[in-house]
Amino acid sequence: MTEPIILFENVDKWFGSFHVLRDVSLTVRKGEKVVVCGPSGSGKSTMIRCVNRLEEHQAGRIVVNGVELSDDLKAIEAIRRDVGMVFQSFNLFPHLTVIENLTLAPLWVRRMPKREAAEIAMHYLERVRIPEQAHKFPGQLSGGQQQRVAIARALCMKPSIMLFDEPTSALDPEMVKEVLDVMTELAGEGMTMVCVTHEMGFARAVADTMVFMADGAVVETSPPAEFFSAPRNERTRQFLSQILAH
Amino acid sequence: MRNDDEPSAAADVEEPSGAVYPPPGEAGPMRLMGWARRRLFNTPANIALTLLCLWFLWETVPPLLGWALFNAQWTGDPTTCREATGACWALVGEKHRLMLFGLYPYDEHWRPLIATLLLLGMLGVSSQRRFWHRGLALAWVAAVTVMAVLMWGGVLGLRPVDTTLWGGLPLTLLLALAGIAVAFPLSIVLALGRRSDLPVVRAVCVGYIELIRGVPLVSVLFMASVMFPLFMPEGVTVDKLLRAQIGIILFTAAYLAEAVRGGLQAIPRGQYEAADAMGLSYWQKTVLIVLPQALRIVIPPMVNQFISTFKDTSLVTIVGLFDLLTSVKASLADPEWRPFFIEAYVFAALIYWCFCFLMSRYSQRLEEDLMAGTRR
Repeated sequence: MTEPIILFENVDKWFGSFHVLRDVSLTVRKGEKVVVCGPSGSGKSTMIRCVNRLEEHQAGRIVVNGVELSDDLKAIEAIRRDVGMVFQSFNLFPHLTVIENLTLAPLWVRRMPKREAAEIAMHYLERVRIPEQAHKFPGQLSGGQQQRVAIARALCMKPSIMLFDEPTSALDPEMVKEVLDVMTELAGEGMTMVCVTHEMGFARAVADTMVFMADGAVVETSPPAEFFSAPRNERTRQFLSQILAH
Repeated sequence: MRNDDEPSAAADVEEPSGAVYPPPGEAGPMRLMGWARRRLFNTPANIALTLLCLWFLWETVPPLLGWALFNAQWTGDPTTCREATGACWALVGEKHRLMLFGLYPYDEHWRPLIATLLLLGMLGVSSQRRFWHRGLALAWVAAVTVMAVLMWGGVLGLRPVDTTLWGGLPLTLLLALAGIAVAFPLSIVLALGRRSDLPVVRAVCVGYIELIRGVPLVSVLFMASVMFPLFMPEGVTVDKLLRAQIGIILFTAAYLAEAVRGGLQAIPRGQYEAADAMGLSYWQKTVLIVLPQALRIVIPPMVNQFISTFKDTSLVTIVGLFDLLTSVKASLADPEWRPFFIEAYVFAALIYWCFCFLMSRYSQRLEEDLMAGTRR
């Protein structure tokens, strides 16, 4: 936990006239696990999507891996190679088999030899415990399996940062655990992770830092112990009481 | 009536053990009778419709078969044909070479024949997915070279044959297949351009598509044939066939581009984002992720356009090219045979139908193959 690997400095963003991110500042250090939560529409997804510039910010500075995000396409592509992302709706490529989904980026972006890419792919498929599905198409897998493939796909690029944008929100309840288990394991290995999620059990177990967002602003940043037992902000208290009530 | 039926039907379904089976169907002719009673003779209106249809079929099918087959004249000359009551297929026997090869020199007909057979053979091979590898591309290069040598001549002791003399089925196939083969990649570029972030590229593509779609093919062919040479410098001539071919390509590409765009729009945003998030470049994303999915979706409208293009090649007659239909018409120039124009057009229609039907069936199979297992 030393140098900052992701840095947001007074970031603002608008969708048209709608102010989605308000003066967001955030530091993520190498190896840190950050869990971002907040009510829907609070800008958490937009914020995480700014890290690899799926969304552009309009004011302030975002620095990832020492490179400031700008219109420089080459710099952005370099950052994207190094930042893995897992989406709420998996976004696997339906026309490719599981193994092809995994080897695509290593082959075309990393220019890796075919053999090596396939070996790495099988390695990560074993890690997420579905090597036997390698030659199926994504449409033939369950949601939980698809999301685990998506995690393996991101890991195949050997990223130094992993972004999770509500990875379990689209899953049937009985499949949430298998995905969270994989994520917990990954956290145990020292990966830098930023997760937008409402899975508070996971957050408690894994997070180094909790970030609470509301109305586009970061309202509270604190270690999980403090966050869950003694939230400082009224909005945080309200949110936690709603989400932990059941 | 219905009330009487229901309890007995229910009794059939329920086994004593409580297991539920589908109701047993009737067997053999009884099943057909039952089906007819339920579907064709169930209401007075349906009974009337059924009887009307049967009467219509009775009035049309036997005479048609009689004309086309039983009373047809398969050999002979115009005199015997005139005495017969059926179709005069002797016309096709007599004139088929003119119909199939148009103005191509009579003694050299073996050349377009071999070229056509080679083309059809290559298409047959290419339709099999197991042959889809690099060797097939080389085979096509070789085949096209052989076809060009056969058609043009001028080398290897073959008599040179000017493109103005090309005609019939080979010409129709050339215009249609070359048109489709070149228009297809062009249409992809146009469709991508229409969705480009660059305003100039987008404007050019939109302008092109809207311009071409706004005019009939006949006028495009006319422009290519009559107007275009006026703009060329003195002494420069572009082959008439090539001009018509370019006209067909430009026209087909505009329509195909809109079909392809439909496919591009059907790809969810998440696919683009996943590709972006991995660091794929625009072209990698387009070629590896977007197009393979988009083109699968648009197979039906694309094949629709292919079929349309195939038949539209018959319009080149207005710029003086002898495609299949024009050659068939030309075969009726002989006054002796002129009364039998129906047979000639039926023959042409059958050839068009065979090719279009094959395209349609093949595309259905391809669609099923490509979609297997990949449903979201």
